[in-house]
Amino acid sequence: MSRNSAGFDWISICIYLVLILFGWANIYSASLGTNTGSYFDLDQPYGKQALFIGLSIFLIIIILSIEAKFYQRFSSVIYIISLLSLAGLFVFGKTISGATSWYAFGGFSLQPSEFAKFATALALAKYLSDIQTNIRKLSHQVKAFIIIAIPAILIVPQPDPGSALVYAAFFFPLYREGLSGFYLVTGISAVAVFIMTLLVGPYWVSGGVFVIALMIFLRKRKKRPGRILISIFTIVSIVLSFSVNYIFENVFEQRHRDRFNIVLGKEVDSRGIGYNTNQSEIAIGSGGWLGKGWTEGTQTKGHFVPEQHTDYIFSTVGEEWGFMGSAMVVILFVLLMIRLLYMAERQRNQFHRVYGYSVIGILFIHFLVNIGMVIGIFPTVGIPLPFFSYGGSGLWGFTILLFIFIKLDSDRLSY
Amino acid sequence: MRKILLYITVLTTGLLFIGRLFYLQVIDTSLAIRSRDNAIKVVYDYPQRGYIYDRNGKLMVSNQPSYDVMVIPRNLKPFDTTEFCNILNISQEDLEKKLDKARIYSPMLPSVVIPQLTKSEYAILQEKMRKYQGFYIQKRSLRDYEVDHSANVLGYIAEVNQKKINENPYYISGDLIGRAGVESYYEELLRGVKGVKYIQKDRFNRDIGPYKDGIYDTLPEKGKDITITIDSDLQAYGTKLMENKRGGIIALEPGTGEILALITAPTYDPADLVGRKRSPNFTELYYDTIARPLYDRGLLAEYPPGSPFKTLNALIGLQEGVVDTDDKFSCNHGYTYGRGRRLGCHAHRSPLDMIPGIAQSCNAYFANVYRRIIEKYPTPQEGMDAWNAHLKSFGLGQFMGNDLETGRPGKIPDAEYYNQIYNYPTYKWYSTATISNAIGQGEVLMTPIQLANMAAIIGNKGWYYTPHILKEIEGTPIKNEKFTKKNYTSIEERHFEPVVEGMHEVYKSGTATTLRIPGIEIAGKTGTAENFTKIDGKRVQLTDHSIFVAFAPVDNPQIAIAVFVENGYWGSRYGGRIASLMIEKYLKGTITRTDMEEWILSHSLEEEYAKPLSGEPFKINY
Repeated sequence: MSRNSAGFDWISICIYLVLILFGWANIYSASLGTNTGSYFDLDQPYGKQALFIGLSIFLIIIILSIEAKFYQRFSSVIYIISLLSLAGLFVFGKTISGATSWYAFGGFSLQPSEFAKFATALALAKYLSDIQTNIRKLSHQVKAFIIIAIPAILIVPQPDPGSALVYAAFFFPLYREGLSGFYLVTGISAVAVFIMTLLVGPYWVSGGVFVIALMIFLRKRKKRPGRILISIFTIVSIVLSFSVNYIFENVFEQRHRDRFNIVLGKEVDSRGIGYNTNQSEIAIGSGGWLGKGWTEGTQTKGHFVPEQHTDYIFSTVGEEWGFMGSAMVVILFVLLMIRLLYMAERQRNQFHRVYGYSVIGILFIHFLVNIGMVIGIFPTVGIPLPFFSYGGSGLWGFTILLFIFIKLDSDRLSY
Repeated sequence: MRKILLYITVLTTGLLFIGRLFYLQVIDTSLAIRSRDNAIKVVYDYPQRGYIYDRNGKLMVSNQPSYDVMVIPRNLKPFDTTEFCNILNISQEDLEKKLDKARIYSPMLPSVVIPQLTKSEYAILQEKMRKYQGFYIQKRSLRDYEVDHSANVLGYIAEVNQKKINENPYYISGDLIGRAGVESYYEELLRGVKGVKYIQKDRFNRDIGPYKDGIYDTLPEKGKDITITIDSDLQAYGTKLMENKRGGIIALEPGTGEILALITAPTYDPADLVGRKRSPNFTELYYDTIARPLYDRGLLAEYPPGSPFKTLNALIGLQEGVVDTDDKFSCNHGYTYGRGRRLGCHAHRSPLDMIPGIAQSCNAYFANVYRRIIEKYPTPQEGMDAWNAHLKSFGLGQFMGNDLETGRPGKIPDAEYYNQIYNYPTYKWYSTATISNAIGQGEVLMTPIQLANMAAIIGNKGWYYTPHILKEIEGTPIKNEKFTKKNYTSIEERHFEPVVEGMHEVYKSGTATTLRIPGIEIAGKTGTAENFTKIDGKRVQLTDHSIFVAFAPVDNPQIAIAVFVENGYWGSRYGGRIASLMIEKYLKGTITRTDMEEWILSHSLEEEYAKPLSGEPFKINY
């Protein structure tokens, strides 16, 4: 360790350890089936996950041993390797359940998209921390956007739109570093217009937009934005609202439409596409206050919830550990993210801070989309729950992502 | 703002998730219930129902396997439907219909295709079963009857109805339960206790092992074998004698109160109510409202008992001290009372004292005795209640508290009853108003089992055990105090001597002299009961019912019997003959009076029963 080391942040390391161990316990239960072999049976997901966790410890040791400067210096190289690995999938990729997202090495497969996240975070941090970069300038915004968009564009056609969606996480560091709030307002407004139109139709939404615009117009001159801006906003909203139906019916595929309709409660379908969400809610709901106990979940044992050890692992937590257990997991994630936020804010180096914000953003998108999907308030998008879901690439990707930041944090006093 | 946006977003999301989890896991309990339903299957393990033996250890009811052909539509493979239908004796369209129905119900769950195959049908199918993938055989246990009589005693088993399911959580839809007779009354002994297994299912509804390693599972408990007091041979013989007649026979063992025979006619073969035949057969029996084969006449028919009831008035007279065995009463073809009203009587010598009075069944004699009982007291009300109290001690006018599934209380009137009829105290009534009670007509009603018990009490000289049908449970005699404790009547033992003597005289010199059995001393009493029906709203009298009560041997009674034959005319004509044959059969095992047996077997009353339905005028009592 360098003499400027501030030590590693043990709070976040502890939360990380609790999450992966608790995650493993739930993977064990979800993939147990009827056989009760050794905990480390490598033919079973829980055995493999135990191995992945063991290898993660090695990764952590390596990451924390490398000089913190290395990550900043080699971020571009890492980013380019990552892009090449994503592009290489088009040639060498292995297809598993319809998605060409893996490289096969003997018995194991690696999913490069899981590693592209930290690579992109490093690249973005490097670009934003460059003394010449000014994120308020449009040309720089476009460059930052390109850094983020390339991996996302490479991931979408695998197809893995869920993993691509994660790149929205980079809005958070950009905004922190000075990106105009205009994008935030625009984005939120567009989503709101879209969802409200699906729910109540374009006429009500247009009327609503018009009323809101009028109210802003009538406010005191000093505080309100320019008239032209308001007018453009209103018109675009109304046009968007009327084109929602077209987009929804013609651009979206049926499965996407179904996912939206189910979450919005416009369709009840507990056998087809809604089956996953329905079974997941049953499993969670049957847990009650305290749950049925570890490996005692009847829904889990019956494998009623598909993909339960991967994307739907949180339903096992809900069934076997009840409200107490599932709320505790939510709280642990929130604590981890807040701790990381606190750490990001104490960085004196912009590279560190941008990277930290990227880590939090990525964790947050996964947390929001995955748990939201499992408890039935977000459309079905297949992305894993960090540290919990089964899978070596995912676990290592998140471990690297998190521990690079812990390493950077320990080096904060050298600036 | 730039620093706190992510804080706020993270915290809001966390709170939103916790709120949603709280709703799903704590508030919305319907999800928890649904989980039970789709993840845990409850499987019941039904024990063998207990066997039923007769008093001599003869097996009456056992079990037989029956085989349901089941199908799981999803597992079906193409098969030779022609052959399959031939084996099961159904048409192709029928099979298609049943398979469609099963598919609609569930492609993954078993449905019954053909219920309750017999052993022989199953034997043929079993060899070819491997060719029919998706089908399998489910074994069930049905009753197997070793006797073709006693349907009224044994009862039957059938699927439990919704009412019972609501009353008793033990039963679930589709369970079998005893209905009627011993099967119903001793249901809990016979059925045993079913075992329960909780099975964890997976999302394809496949079993994947016991739930929580079976800690909630229970083993089935076998049903208990029971021995009933019925003598199967006697029961069979009585059933044969009652063919082509309507009525009932009750035979008791006076020393124990055990029911030796409980026969009703017409009846049916208990095997008719088993398996696939049950439903159509039951419907047929149920809707036969004329012969009423499901109506147990031995237990349910309430009739004025007629002359046998006179013996009770004699006993009460003696106990009350209002009459002596030597007191003589004259009879001039009847008894005149009030203002020229008359109770008729047949021709016999006169005057008579008690023993010939009973033997000749003199109406005038008992009218005198009855009046003395009632008039002993200052008011007829008091007299009537004293008389009523004695009869109650014989178990009359009330349910007997036996272990039979059905029964009727009969009726013994009291002062209150007549006060209401005559609108007392506005109008007064006297003993003569109730004089019909003297000869067992009027307001008195008794069931055949009460008559048989009366005979047993007289034979025992004053006590009885409550009649019952359960003798042993798994070889251990019953200990129920209700049936092992003597009930004493309010009549002292010494007063029974002259009455027994009088009933003995009935066989020696009275109304049943032709029914004597060589080597057996029988005491009996004939009776007839007038009866009426309605034809086109008019009250029409029918041929009298033939009634006979008896016990034998006189000094150590082994059997007490009451026979009651609808429209059999006078007491000794049908009732007396049948009673004598039953007594001989029970005590000797063989019949020496074959002339009498032949007469009974060759005589049918069906013509008599057809009369009121014929729509033509008819004569009675000839």
